[in-house]
Parts: sequence; C-alpha cells; structure tokens
Amino acid sequence: MKHRQGAGLKLRGIHRQFEGRPVINHLDLDVAPGEFLAIIGPSGCGKSTLLRLLAHLDQADQGTLDRSEADLDVAFVFQDPCLMPWRSVIDNVALPLELQGVPRHHRIPAAEALLRTVGLGDAQGKFPQQLSGGMKMRVSLARALITRPDLLLLDEPFAALDDITRHHLDDHLQSLWLSHPMTVVFVTHSLSEAVYLADRVIVLSAGGGNITLDYKVPLPHPRTAASRLSTPFIDHLRTVSEAFEGHSRTLA
Amino acid sequence: MKPLSGVLWLPPLMSFVLITGLIECSIILMDLPAYLAPRPSAVALALFIHAEELLKATRHTGIAAITGLGMSAILGALLAITLASHPLIRRAFYPYAVFFQTVPIIAIAPMLVIWFGYGQGAVVAASFIVSVSPIIANTLTGLLSTDPALLDLFRIAKASRLDTLFKLRIPGAIPHFLTGLRIASGLAVIGAIVGEFVADSYEDGGGIGTAVEIALKEQRTDLVFAAVLMSSLLGLIIFWLVSGLNQLSLKYWHLGEFKDS
Ligand SMILES: Nc1ncnc2c1ncn2[C@@H]1O[C@H](COP(=O)(O)OP(=O)(O)O)[C@@H](O)[C@H]1O
Ligand SMILES: [Mg+2]
Repeated sequence: MKHRQGAGLKLRGIHRQFEGRPVINHLDLDVAPGEFLAIIGPSGCGKSTLLRLLAHLDQADQGTLDRSEADLDVAFVFQDPCLMPWRSVIDNVALPLELQGVPRHHRIPAAEALLRTVGLGDAQGKFPQQLSGGMKMRVSLARALITRPDLLLLDEPFAALDDITRHHLDDHLQSLWLSHPMTVVFVTHSLSEAVYLADRVIVLSAGGGNITLDYKVPLPHPRTAASRLSTPFIDHLRTVSEAFEGHSRTLA
Repeated sequence: MKPLSGVLWLPPLMSFVLITGLIECSIILMDLPAYLAPRPSAVALALFIHAEELLKATRHTGIAAITGLGMSAILGALLAITLASHPLIRRAFYPYAVFFQTVPIIAIAPMLVIWFGYGQGAVVAASFIVSVSPIIANTLTGLLSTDPALLDLFRIAKASRLDTLFKLRIPGAIPHFLTGLRIASGLAVIGAIVGEFVADSYEDGGGIGTAVEIALKEQRTDLVFAAVLMSSLLGLIIFWLVSGLNQLSLKYWHLGEFKDS
C-alpha cells in the first residue's frame, strides 16, 4: 500500500485567458503535501478557473503545473451539492467507487462508514430531495472523500448555507482532513471561514490573478468553536481582512 | 371537503348542459337539416344505439395508436441517444428528425399503403410518423442538458463514455422523455385515425377513422359526431395511461424535483 500524505502542487507562470482577456496572469504558487490552503478574492478574479486547472478540467495557455504524483486521485466539491436525484444517499456517496469498478459489497460499507462520520448514518436510504441543504452538502463531501483523494478541491462549497450550518460543515471538513491526510484547496468568500480552517490563506487580486497576500495561520489544529472567538484568531482575521480590503479599496 | 368536491364538478356539468341545450334549441329553431348539423340528442342516441360497433372501432384504433406510440417511444429514444452521442452526428441527421415533424401525414399516407398494404401496418406506421418527433426532440433536449457540474464530476472520476451515458445522461433525461411521450400520446391517436381514412382494410369492422368515413358517405352526421367523441375519449384514455406511467416512474426514479411541465 502506497503511503499517502497528500499531493504537492507546483505552479510556475500559469496563464489562462478567455477571449483574449487574461484571468490567471503568470501565477506562481506552491502547495505543500497535506496543506490546507484557502483562497479568497473578489468574485470574478479567477478562483474557479484556478481550481479547474488544478483538477485538469481545463488546460493552461502557458506555464507548468506539476503535481507530485502522476496518477493523483482528485476530488471536487462544488457550491451546488449536485447529487443525482434518482440515486439514494448511499448510492450517491458510493458513485466514484462504482465508476472505478469497485464491487458493491466493498463500496457500500465504505460509503456507510463515511456517512456515519458526517453524521448521516441514518439517512443512507433517503433520496436527495428529502434532505436539507446542509445534509446534501454533507453527502457531497462524503462522496468527494470516498476514494480517499490526495487532493481535495472545494469551490465555495458552503456559501449557500446559513452560518450555523456552515460552521458545522467547517468542523466536518476539518475533522475529515485531520483523519485522512490530503491536500486541500478551499475557495471561499468568507474571510473568517478561511482563517478558521486553513494553514495558509492567499488573497487573489481582481483581474489578473496575482497573489496580494500569502498568509500562514499559525494556530494549531483542531480548531474549535471557541477558537473563533479567541484573541489570536481575531488578530489573524484582522490582518487578512485588512489586506483584502486594503487591496479592494485601491481598486475602487 | 364534501361541498368543495361538489362545487368542482358542478361548473363543467352546468356549462355542458347549457351549451348542448343551446345547440339543440338553435338547430330546432333554425330548422337545420340533420345532414348539416346533427342535434346533440341525435348524437347521444347514435352513441347509444351503435355503442357496440363504436367501442369495437375504438378498440381497433386504440391498439394501432398504442402500437405506434410504443414504437415511437422505443425508436425515438434510441434515435435521440444516437443523435446525442456526437455533435457531428447531430448536425448530419437532426434535419431528418425534423422532417418527421413537418411531413404532412395525409400526403404520404397513400405511400404507406403502397409500402405496407391496406390494414393495421400502414395505420401503425402513420401513428408512428406523427408521434415520434416530440419524443426525439424532448429526449434529445434532456440528454444534452445534463448538469455540467455532474459531467465534470464524471470526468474527474475518469468515467467511461458508457458509464457517463447510462449512469448520468440517460437517467437525467427520463423526465424529458416522459414529457415527450405525453405530447406524443395525443398525436398517435390522430395519426392512427388519419391512417385509417386512407389505409384501413375494414377487416374486423375497421377503426374510428373507418367509422367516420362510412358515416360521412351515408350522410349520417350524428354517427360522425359520435365517432369523433369516441376518438376524443380514446385520446383521453391514452393520455391518462401515459400520465399514470409518468407519475409512477417519477416516483420510482425519485424525480419529484424535476417535475417540470
Ligand atoms: N469557460 C469560460 N469562458 C469564458 N470566460 C470564462 C470562462 N470561465 C471563466 N470565465 C471568465 O473568467 C473570469 C473569472 O471567472 P471565475 O474563475 O469563475 O471567477 P471566480 O470563481 O473567482 O468568481 C470571469 O470574468 C469569467 O467570466
Ligand atoms: Mg467561482
């Protein structure tokens, strides 16, 4: 069995343009194996484009994107849970294994175990339309993690949820990351969510995809609800927030 | 609940009594001959007297329409899957699918007689031709409107084309297919009756189209209207059957969320 600790990423001079307009502009970025990286930036600055490049759903026009392992297992979580309404919760979660050809008697127990860790052990026979938004998102998280990915990409996954549900999901994501070593790239527009979860927060500038702030959050994991109110947390949040808003102000 | 349900069927009943009464009175008052406009009471009488033949004709037409509709469902779905498989195939062959929609069935019905001979074969073919295009068009729309995020998910999982088709595109298109089937159900009856006008072999007494034709020749307009009422009834029955199938499969596929039109 391969020893896994997550994928390292190395981006050099990555450039991507649409209709002649650069969206990612010669971006350099390193992500360490096992790191939890949060990306924030004004909407339209190219965050989703960057994630699609990392997922190999899109090709860069210039530059190199090295991933530490050749046959990397990648998982993607979208803002919309995008479950298949004709599949039960358990069959939705087991889908990626099914597509890999894993037999049913192996994939179902794996999906059951994962559903229990996100607190949905009782919901496996239900169908997506019977679930709340937060529950659907937990199913979506479980589906992403069923293959034990080396790299987990999340594109504003909890943005549509209310604060309390979002905090719960943050905690689920954190404990999944702590129990299973993987690299996480997490796009969010919530500064406090970024600081709460990530080892490192980067701020992308509007129109160009330059990194205007690259900030390490030196708080130990696991972080808990109490740490959201602690003085060090608030200090880090203020620093990131000032960088983010200072930059937005120069644009305005 | 009780008084409300009483209120629900009362308005259509009252309007029915009012309208048929008005027609009856005006035909009597204007002294119109029966071959020009039959009195509603005469139509009702014809329905009653010829109930057995009319029911037999309705069954005859019903079997042809359901066979045509079934062929449309199967072939239409297969054609839609073929068209969805590649943009080039779509560009090359979709115009032929549109052809089925625009072909004037009355004009090619005589050809159907040449190809299939008089009888149910040509009638079923006419029913198929007019009912297949809504199934192709709707199923194709469904197959091409798959959630792009789910397609990305399948790509990331390195799913095969077949898996993407059978586990994502086809299940996602089922509600669209069923919408197409509902639209096609009415057309299938019309197609079968038009087919009978031209191609019925009169074997077994013939269908509704045949009954209308014979009644017209004999200037029995009361019977013509009775037969037309039976064809509406047949259309309704087939529509209900398809709607029931629709409800059932939406439930089975848990597609409540998608129930569109
Ligand atoms: N496939 C595409 N074709 C054309 N333009 C695109 C495409 N994808 C993204 N863009 C454009 O690139 C810019 C950045 O988009 P995106 O990466 O979605 O931003 P963000 O996720 O940060 O809000 C937007 O202006 C968007 O219109
Ligand atoms: Mg985005």
